[in-house]
Amino acid sequence: MSAPVVRRTGLVALVLALAAAPFLVDEYAIQTMSRILVFGLLAMSVNLLTGVTGLPTLGQSAYFGVGAYTAAIVSTSVTDVGIAQLLLAGALTAAVALPTGWVAVRARGVAFLMITLAIGEIAYSAAVRWKDVTRGTDGYSGIPAVVPLPGMPSLQLDGLVYYWVLAVFLVLFVLVRLLVASPFGLALRGIRDNEARMRAIGYPTTGYALAGYCVAGALAGMAGSLYVSVQRFVSPGDAGFEIAALALLAVIIGGVGSMWGACVGAAVVIVTRDYLGGYVAGRAPLLLGILFVAAVYLLPRGIAGVRARWPARERAEARA
Amino acid sequence: MTAVLELAQVSRHFGTLRAVSDVTLQVRAGSRHAVIGPNGAGKSTLFALVAGSLRATGGRVLFEGADVTTVPEPRRARAGIAKTFQHSSLFLSATLLENVLLAMQQRAGRSRRLLRPATAHADLVERAHVRLADVGLGDRPLATAGTLSHGERRQLEVAVALATDPRLLLLDEPAAGMSAAETAALTDLVRSLPPSVTVMLIEHDLDVVFELADTVTVLHLGEHLMTGTPEAVRASSEVQTAYLGAADTTELFPGARP
Repeated sequence: MSAPVVRRTGLVALVLALAAAPFLVDEYAIQTMSRILVFGLLAMSVNLLTGVTGLPTLGQSAYFGVGAYTAAIVSTSVTDVGIAQLLLAGALTAAVALPTGWVAVRARGVAFLMITLAIGEIAYSAAVRWKDVTRGTDGYSGIPAVVPLPGMPSLQLDGLVYYWVLAVFLVLFVLVRLLVASPFGLALRGIRDNEARMRAIGYPTTGYALAGYCVAGALAGMAGSLYVSVQRFVSPGDAGFEIAALALLAVIIGGVGSMWGACVGAAVVIVTRDYLGGYVAGRAPLLLGILFVAAVYLLPRGIAGVRARWPARERAEARA
Repeated sequence: MTAVLELAQVSRHFGTLRAVSDVTLQVRAGSRHAVIGPNGAGKSTLFALVAGSLRATGGRVLFEGADVTTVPEPRRARAGIAKTFQHSSLFLSATLLENVLLAMQQRAGRSRRLLRPATAHADLVERAHVRLADVGLGDRPLATAGTLSHGERRQLEVAVALATDPRLLLLDEPAAGMSAAETAALTDLVRSLPPSVTVMLIEHDLDVVFELADTVTVLHLGEHLMTGTPEAVRASSEVQTAYLGAADTTELFPGARP
């Protein structure tokens, strides 16, 4: 079998397995899978900046939080329709990403990382202090079950919510892949590789980086909206540093620049934190730390890098 | 005899270092204009002032009659100034095709398109293949730029600059480190460019300079020494002194007495 056939077969098998999951595993496992998909979207958002554009970020938790609180407020006081929450969360988050990103994209490298870290910390503080909107550290509860599209019944079962999350995930995954391959995506990769040359061939690179920042922000915001549909609860911790750090960890484990790698990395991180952590008496952070060190030493280019190294010859032949 | 590029007393000082000092120069449309001078003469800095990667600290830069002294680099590039880099400056993780496409899609105004893959814009891809073939890299467009040899990178460097369809092309030591055969191919390529493209060229290989150039400017210690035909420059004793070592070192050490 040629490499593309193997790839397509694998992809179909994976989607079928994801679709069959609610019939095969228990309720907690299904909720965890929903969280993995949500976290995969957040990791893709981080990857769009860190891996594709070359801007390492610790601030995407801020936009995740903006999206989550937007969805929480919309669902309790406006509508329980999921697609409306999703689009509003995406639009509002992009609007927030515009002025904050305008500050951040002036910097590069470690300076950019520090500015995004500050943006994340500001968002966390706002979630704690701005009690009229966020209900502070009590968290936002009483969120009704999500109605995916107008006219559909509300999804009471975790298995059904999982399908809603899976559907949105697949659509967004395909859109992000298209974006990365598009002329705009090529321009973002050009900024990562060689910004000086990009300017010399006519690209106003700061504007492109800012546009990428807003797209990544909207993606994180939509992930936050889905998170609320799954958890039906949001608290300041969901917009905190830990979320940002775990998302960056997922990207590093998965392989910087690879979108499916980021999603696999997200699965590894969530399973480690929510499942394996339980077996070692709540020492999940320790496990995550070991995982990080192991990934850096054993898989310097992440999980996606293993695949890239192994059948490189076959893929080159397939492309030629 | 219209001037594509006019420099009027252009200077660039870094602190007390006068990298380029009061250079006045006109580049005729369609000419092949070489800039030569010993190391540290300010040639690359002069190119940076024209392309816009550096701002002049004094004087004015006019491109096609318009004052571009304070215009940022990307806008000058879109106006038609392209530059190759002295040290190859490419997109190393991208394919050769993508390197050229990046320049072409920008020129075609399509670099904000979102849905169709960049490599599915068939008309641009076709032209990119032609560009790569022009510089002698047509045989493996899907290789990664990072895998190219030094000489091949120099060739791709030229292909990327040409892909912006420039009206003024600045070549900064394009033949540096190239083999004799590669240099000959490059010379042929530059000679085959239409007269609508004005070429400025920095080159240490004087054979290349005298083969291509119809006008030569000599810089020395940041200052304009002379501009003239290749024959006139070759015959100038001033130029020979600058190149072969000055009998008189007062220019290098202004404070010292000979």
